[in-house]
Amino acid sequence: MNTTRTTLAILMLTLASATALADEVKVAVAANFTAPMKAIAEAFTQDTGHTTEIAYGSTGKFYAQIKNGAPFQVLLAADDITPAKLDSEGMTVPDSRFTYAIGTLVLWSAKAGFIDDQATVLTSGDFNKLAIANPKLAPYGVAAMETLEKLGLTKIVEPKLVLGENIAQTLQFASTGAAELGFVALSQVIKDGKITEGSGWIVPAEMYQPIRQNAVILSAGKDNAAATALMDYLKGDKSREIILSYGYKI
Amino acid sequence: MGFSNADLQAIGLTLRLASLVTLILLLIGTPIAWWLARTTSRWKGSVGAVVALPLVLPPSVIGFYLLIAMGPNGPVGQFTQSLGLGILPFTYWGLVVASVFYSMPFVVQPIQNAIEALGERPLEVAATLRAGPWDRFFTVVVPLARPGFLSAAILGFAHTVGEFGVVLMIGGNIPGVTRVVSVQIYDHVEAMEYAQAHWLAGSMVIFSFLVLLTLYTINPNQRRF
Repeated sequence: MNTTRTTLAILMLTLASATALADEVKVAVAANFTAPMKAIAEAFTQDTGHTTEIAYGSTGKFYAQIKNGAPFQVLLAADDITPAKLDSEGMTVPDSRFTYAIGTLVLWSAKAGFIDDQATVLTSGDFNKLAIANPKLAPYGVAAMETLEKLGLTKIVEPKLVLGENIAQTLQFASTGAAELGFVALSQVIKDGKITEGSGWIVPAEMYQPIRQNAVILSAGKDNAAATALMDYLKGDKSREIILSYGYKI
Repeated sequence: MGFSNADLQAIGLTLRLASLVTLILLLIGTPIAWWLARTTSRWKGSVGAVVALPLVLPPSVIGFYLLIAMGPNGPVGQFTQSLGLGILPFTYWGLVVASVFYSMPFVVQPIQNAIEALGERPLEVAATLRAGPWDRFFTVVVPLARPGFLSAAILGFAHTVGEFGVVLMIGGNIPGVTRVVSVQIYDHVEAMEYAQAHWLAGSMVIFSFLVLLTLYTINPNQRRF
């Protein structure tokens, strides 16, 4: 009798501690951060035992879902505006916000050799369409417009612009060749520190406002140890190395 | 509040697109429906299935393949380029072609049903009265199958207005060219402009209700969709 009770107590304690040690965190991640996040999540689970459940998509859609009760516990946004907005609306854990990556814009084409290191093709106008992310919705779209403005090409290029709803769709337009050029996130076309397919021009950082991508713990993640652990992990060396390897700055 | 100029532009574009697509669909859908209704060919099943494909395929599949087919390396793209027309994605005509394909079953099936319901008899009678084939079609088939044609036109129009996924994937969201109402609503929602989204989205609900109400009033037995 006594031993049964002890065994039961031990069993319950073990179960309780196991759940305390290994939580699951539901994360909403901006589409441009898909590839590095997959690598980080894998390392995170290996190192901490916590597991992740990740949805990839546009920051605007996540905002609407979070406002309407989506159970996300951490948001890795593509901008700094949305997390700040959620903060001011009391939908987050205060003071959890930080910049996990600074995005890099690249002019990319599916055709090898189409873009040289001066991006001559852009100024020559010798291309059918230029795909950019919708500047109304996506920070990479805003950066693309700023770059065109800086180059003095806004007026000339405007009739050739096509808009993707997010950066993933923008890449799709360019990679199918339907648009010969596209301004996308470097993280989408880089592998092991190099642009492996097609051709690209990494836009110099001084041509657009930094694309600060902020992360924040949402109210639903308040008491979740895995949420806090993930935020710490994102600041750690291993994550930083992965983030840098995809062409982001920190 | 109310509609912004961009909203009105999207509404105008959508109505123009849907009208043109409906017209084209009635012109090419009618012979297809006629053939499907009367043929005994062994190809009937295959052709009917191809026409009905957009009913079951997700828009992401249709949009993806249309983008590739109409792109510079696709068969349609090669063809349009050889005619000196450039490529179709991101153009108004690209949307027209995609919508014709996408809304086809909504036009063909009601007409086909109506013609099948007529049977052989009225045509045989007309033939004995020496009505030629065209005469028989316009003075017998069209008046008798009129509810079918009306349903077809209304459904084709409404379905083109309600199209979203395909337009999103091949349109490129260009104001006045490919930014239709459904895409404009999506943009408003994504940009967190919920008040403007409500104006357009609410109008779409009312519009769609009125369309279906009209449909069921002129043709109370229409239950297919």
